[in-house]
Amino acid sequence: MKNELIKPKGLVKENPRRQFLKMGGLTVAGAGLLLMGCNDEDSMPDMSGKVNLGSGDTGILNYAYALEQLEAAFYAQVMMGGFFANANAEEKTIFGDLEKHERAHREFFKVALGANAIADLEVDFSSIDFSNRTSVLAAAKTFEDLGVAAYNGAGQFLESADLLLIAGKIVSVEARHAAAIRDLINPNSVDFAGDDLIDANGLERTLNFQQVLTAASAFVKTEIDFSGLPS
Amino acid sequence: MNLIKLLDSICPDTNTSEEKDRFYSRRDAFRQFGDFSKKVALGAVPLSILTAMPKVAKADTASLIGVLNYALTLEHLEYRYYQLALDSGVILAAERPIFQKIRDHELAHVRFLQEVIGNVLNGNPVPEPNFDFTVGGAFSPFTDYPTFLALAQAFEDTGVRAYKGQAGNVMESDVVLTAALSIHSVEARHASMVRRLRTKKGLDTQKGWITNASRGTLPAATQAIYAGEENVTHAGVNVNTLTQIDVGAVSEAWDEPLSMNQVLDIAGLFLSTNQAG
Repeated sequence: MKNELIKPKGLVKENPRRQFLKMGGLTVAGAGLLLMGCNDEDSMPDMSGKVNLGSGDTGILNYAYALEQLEAAFYAQVMMGGFFANANAEEKTIFGDLEKHERAHREFFKVALGANAIADLEVDFSSIDFSNRTSVLAAAKTFEDLGVAAYNGAGQFLESADLLLIAGKIVSVEARHAAAIRDLINPNSVDFAGDDLIDANGLERTLNFQQVLTAASAFVKTEIDFSGLPS
Repeated sequence: MNLIKLLDSICPDTNTSEEKDRFYSRRDAFRQFGDFSKKVALGAVPLSILTAMPKVAKADTASLIGVLNYALTLEHLEYRYYQLALDSGVILAAERPIFQKIRDHELAHVRFLQEVIGNVLNGNPVPEPNFDFTVGGAFSPFTDYPTFLALAQAFEDTGVRAYKGQAGNVMESDVVLTAALSIHSVEARHASMVRRLRTKKGLDTQKGWITNASRGTLPAATQAIYAGEENVTHAGVNVNTLTQIDVGAVSEAWDEPLSMNQVLDIAGLFLSTNQAG
């Protein structure tokens, strides 16, 4: 993975394009029409199998798509593993739902991105023991908490209010997932919104692109170039 | 004074100079009967946030203040609800830590928003309204634990939809947007926990996520909190058609926003007819 440093983003957006998009009330008609502007070449896989997320809102959506690919692949594998086969009814319901939700998110982003969508990522879950409850729950917690922090950190870089709303619709579901998984790990505790994530102002942590993709890289073989994302 | 009028007075559209004038005169009126202090002692707010606030135009600042005062009103409601419940003894001892944690977050949100509105944006944080969580005697949340849990779920699910509905209205300020998103996901964690707790206790069959527009066993008066959650079409893409995943699961996978007026209609139920103003 490339390790381009993400510089702190300027706090004020004086971006004419963003203004234009807001004023113009970007309308989205459907598959592949979600994004203005094209950077097909950037987001196509090259011969090395590396993917480039692209730039602008396309890049952010590909970033979300990459994370949803990772989550969907993880839950698909959970469903085939020994833990799930022996899980109790509540756990079966939760993991069954999470598999569907993340697959739905992945497929949505794929069609929304259209020709700009990155290729399928090659995942590596060799560090996860899918027959072991503790291992599966720990990985699920990592993925869900990471997803929330990623969406929360990326929202400020979206130029389209429509896309921001769609991200908002998804991130709260990821947070609901995260709380449920944390409660499976430590039932009826305060871990569902633990102090490891929520600060003294009651704000959940955010992570930047590099932090998220570095954490994700432990589970992804495909090299992800995010140099086009805002810095 | 009802909540809608209260919020209307601090949350205007500031598109025209006429509206702006009306807004500022209303805000001055507010100043006269507000007994809040701008000097909230809050060492916990990182200096980096306070000094990094964007310099936005006055109209934008007024708009941000309006949205944040709306959020503050909801946080006042949530904080007061949990504090009264903790004081009342209605909460099962083993589950008190859960609601102490949620109460702590809501209080932190109140203080954070007061600080941002008052000391960063130089606005006037709305004072806490008087609440009536019994809705004129219809509910007994502080003597009946299942009722307490039901209303807690109602408030948390409403909070998620309320913040989501305002994201686009604060996006010109990265700091405010990111803070709002960071509160939004905390409310979603609360919602998931309370929903699942109710189901674990046999009070409902709801999951941590909202299926279609189901309110489960919540009172009919709460249906507005779930209306619209059945949506499965996003950016013109019907995800049920696309994936063949069942409609219920697809509806669960996206939470839906509520407008300010929709939320104020819901929250207005819990506002006392006896207001200091």
